[in-house]
Amino acid sequence: MKKYFSLFYFLFMFFVISATVCSAESGEYGYPITNPYVATILSTPPDLAAPLPKEIPVKELEMTVFPDRKIPDVLWYNEKLFYSLASQKEKAPLIFIIAGTGARYDSPKAIAMQKAFFQAGFHVICLSSPTHPNFITSASKFGLPGDIRSDSLDLYRVMKMAWEDARESIEVSAFYLTGYSLGGTQSAFISFLDENEKAFNFKKVLMINPALSLYDSAVRLDNMLVENIPGGVNHFDDFYAKLMQNITNSYKYGDFVDLNFEFFYRAFDKVIPTEQEQKAVIGFSFRISAANIIFVSDVMRNSGWIVPKNLELTRYSSITDYGKVAGRTQGFSFYAENMLLPVFKKNNPDLTLERLIDGSSLRSIEEYLKRTQKIGLVTNEDDLILGKGDIEYFKEVFQERARIYPRGGHCGNMEYKDNVAYMVDYFKNR
Amino acid sequence: MKVKIREKMMIFLLAGAMFAFLTGCAAKHCDSDKPEDLVPAKLTLDARSDTKYMIDAYDPLECFNRRMYNFNYYFDTYFFLPVVSGYAFITPDYIEYRITNFFQNLREVKNLTNCLLQLKAEDSGITLGRFLVNSTIGLVGFYDPATDFGWLRRNEDFGQTLGYWNVGAGPYVVLPVFGPSTCRDTAGLLFDGAVKSVCTDAALDNAESKSAILAAANALNAIDARHRVSFRYYKSGSPFEYDLVRRLYLDLREIQIAK
Repeated sequence: MKKYFSLFYFLFMFFVISATVCSAESGEYGYPITNPYVATILSTPPDLAAPLPKEIPVKELEMTVFPDRKIPDVLWYNEKLFYSLASQKEKAPLIFIIAGTGARYDSPKAIAMQKAFFQAGFHVICLSSPTHPNFITSASKFGLPGDIRSDSLDLYRVMKMAWEDARESIEVSAFYLTGYSLGGTQSAFISFLDENEKAFNFKKVLMINPALSLYDSAVRLDNMLVENIPGGVNHFDDFYAKLMQNITNSYKYGDFVDLNFEFFYRAFDKVIPTEQEQKAVIGFSFRISAANIIFVSDVMRNSGWIVPKNLELTRYSSITDYGKVAGRTQGFSFYAENMLLPVFKKNNPDLTLERLIDGSSLRSIEEYLKRTQKIGLVTNEDDLILGKGDIEYFKEVFQERARIYPRGGHCGNMEYKDNVAYMVDYFKNR
Repeated sequence: MKVKIREKMMIFLLAGAMFAFLTGCAAKHCDSDKPEDLVPAKLTLDARSDTKYMIDAYDPLECFNRRMYNFNYYFDTYFFLPVVSGYAFITPDYIEYRITNFFQNLREVKNLTNCLLQLKAEDSGITLGRFLVNSTIGLVGFYDPATDFGWLRRNEDFGQTLGYWNVGAGPYVVLPVFGPSTCRDTAGLLFDGAVKSVCTDAALDNAESKSAILAAANALNAIDARHRVSFRYYKSGSPFEYDLVRRLYLDLREIQIAK
C-alpha cells in the first residue's frame, strides 16, 4: 500500500510539475522544477532529496554576547543568542553554517546542511542570520542589521565565542565556513575579515545562492510583494483571504485527511496557481522578515519610527498594530534609508545611501574574491534574487570556482542530491 | 475517586489562570505606562483608512491571552518539556510509536462521535472500521494496520462539530497548557473530555485501583501528545509570534471545519 501511495504521490508531483518542466532532454541535471518561483516555494521533492540521517545528536546552545546589554521586556525571550553544535567524537574539521535572511540556526535548510556535513564527518556549528530577531536583540552590536560589514563583524565575534566554548569538548583539524542566501554573502565578507585577524584561517568557504548586492536582492524581493498584489499592498488582506479559500477548497474537495506537507505539494497548483501569486507569496515571506527587522531594530534603538519613542513595551503588550505599520512600510528600502543610514552616518559623516549599498555588495571585495582560491560559489541561472548580468559577473570573478546550476530558483535545489553531494565534495576533496 | 482527579485538573487549570493574572497584575500591565517624555511614533496607522489586515482577529481577551501565552512558556520549559524529554530518553522509539498508536486508537471514539454528529456516513464507517481493526488485529491499538488498508484517520472533535453546525468561533482564547483555542473549541474540549470520561468509566468499571490507572493513563496521554507536537513558545523569535500563531490557529480550524 505504501508503495502504491508513493507511486501515486510521485505521479502527482510529476503532474504538478509537468506544467513547468521543460523537456526531459536537459537530463544531465535532474532537479525537476523549472519555474524558479515554484522551485523557491516547494524546494526539493522528498524523493529526490539527498539521503540524510533522520536525526543526529545536536546540542542546543546559548551564549550571552553583550553581558551589559539591557534587553527590552517585549523582546525578553531573545536575551541570549541560540545556536547549535553537532560534534564528532574524534578530531575532525569544524564547519560554520550561516542561515539565510530572517532564518534561525535551526531552519529546515540549515538543519539539512548540518546533517549532510555531520554525516560527512564534520563538526558543525549552525548560526542564525544576523537579520533574525534573536540575533538582532542579543548579538548585533548596533541592534541594526543590514550593513553587511557590520553584520559580518557581529558574526565573526559570535563565531569566536562559539569556538571558545566548544574547544574544550571537541578537537578540530581545520576550519571551514558556508552559508546560504544572505548567509552566503556574509561568508565571503567574514572570510575577508579573517584574512587579517586569522582567528580561524579558513581553509575553504562556500557561498550558496548568495546575494551579489544585499540591497538589490532585498528590493527585488520587496517588489515581488508590492507589484503582485492585485490593487496594491493595501489589499493584501483580500489576497490572503483568497489564498486561504484556495487551501480550504483543495482540502475540502480533495482526498486529503491532513494538512501536511504532502497536501501542500499535491495541491500546489490549486493553492498558488499563477506566477503572480507565487511571486506575491515569496515577497510576503520576505516581508514578514523585513517587518521583524524593522520592529526589533526600532525597539532596540528606541528610534521612534514604529513604537513611540521612550515607550517601554512589556511582554504582555499588544503589538499587533506595530506589526501592521512595520509590514506596510516600503520594506527594506525604507529601512535602509531611514533607520540604517542615519546611525552609520554618525560615525562616518561622508556616508551616503549609495555608498552604504555599494559596501554591502560582493563587488566591494571583488579583488579579494578574484585573488583568493579558497572561496567557492554555488548558485542557479534562475535565482530570483539575482539581476541581469549577475551570473556573468559570478562566472567572471569565480571562474572554475563557480558552480552554476541551470535551475532551482532561490535555494530551491539546495537539498537535491547532486547539490548536497557537490557541497560536501567541495570541502572534502577539491 | 473520579471526582478527585477532576478536582486536581481544575485546581491545576485555576492555578495557571491565577498565576497569569497575578504576575500580570503585580508587575506588568498589558498597556505600558506612558512616560512623560513620550514622543509619538513617526509612522502610525491611518485611523480613517478602512484597510483590513489579515493579522487582525477577534481577540477581546488579548491581555489575558498574552499572559497565558507567557505562562504556557514557563509551564512548558520548567515542567512539561523536561518530563517529555525524560520520557523520550528512557523510552525506545519503537515503544513510543506503540504508545502513540494506542492513544490515537482511543481517540477514534472521539472521532467517531463527531463524525456521527456531523452526519458523515463514509467517515463514520471508516473511523469505526479503523477502531475495530486496530483494536483487534492491531493488538488493542498498538499497531495501525487500518492505515495500510487505506483507511486514513479522520480527525474530528466537538469544536469542529459545532463549527459544522454553524456555531461561530467566538473570542480567541489561550488556554493554560492546551494553548491556542476559541470559546467554541474550549466547549468542544469539555464535551470531548466528558465523552471520554464516560467511556473510560464504563470500560474500567470493575477494575481495581481505577483512579490510579486513569491518572497514569491521562499523564502518559498528555506526555505522548506533547511529544508529537514540535511547537515551542517564543521559539520563532519573531516579535509577532503571538499574532501569527493566532492567525494560523484560527485559519487552520476553519479549514478543518470546512472539510
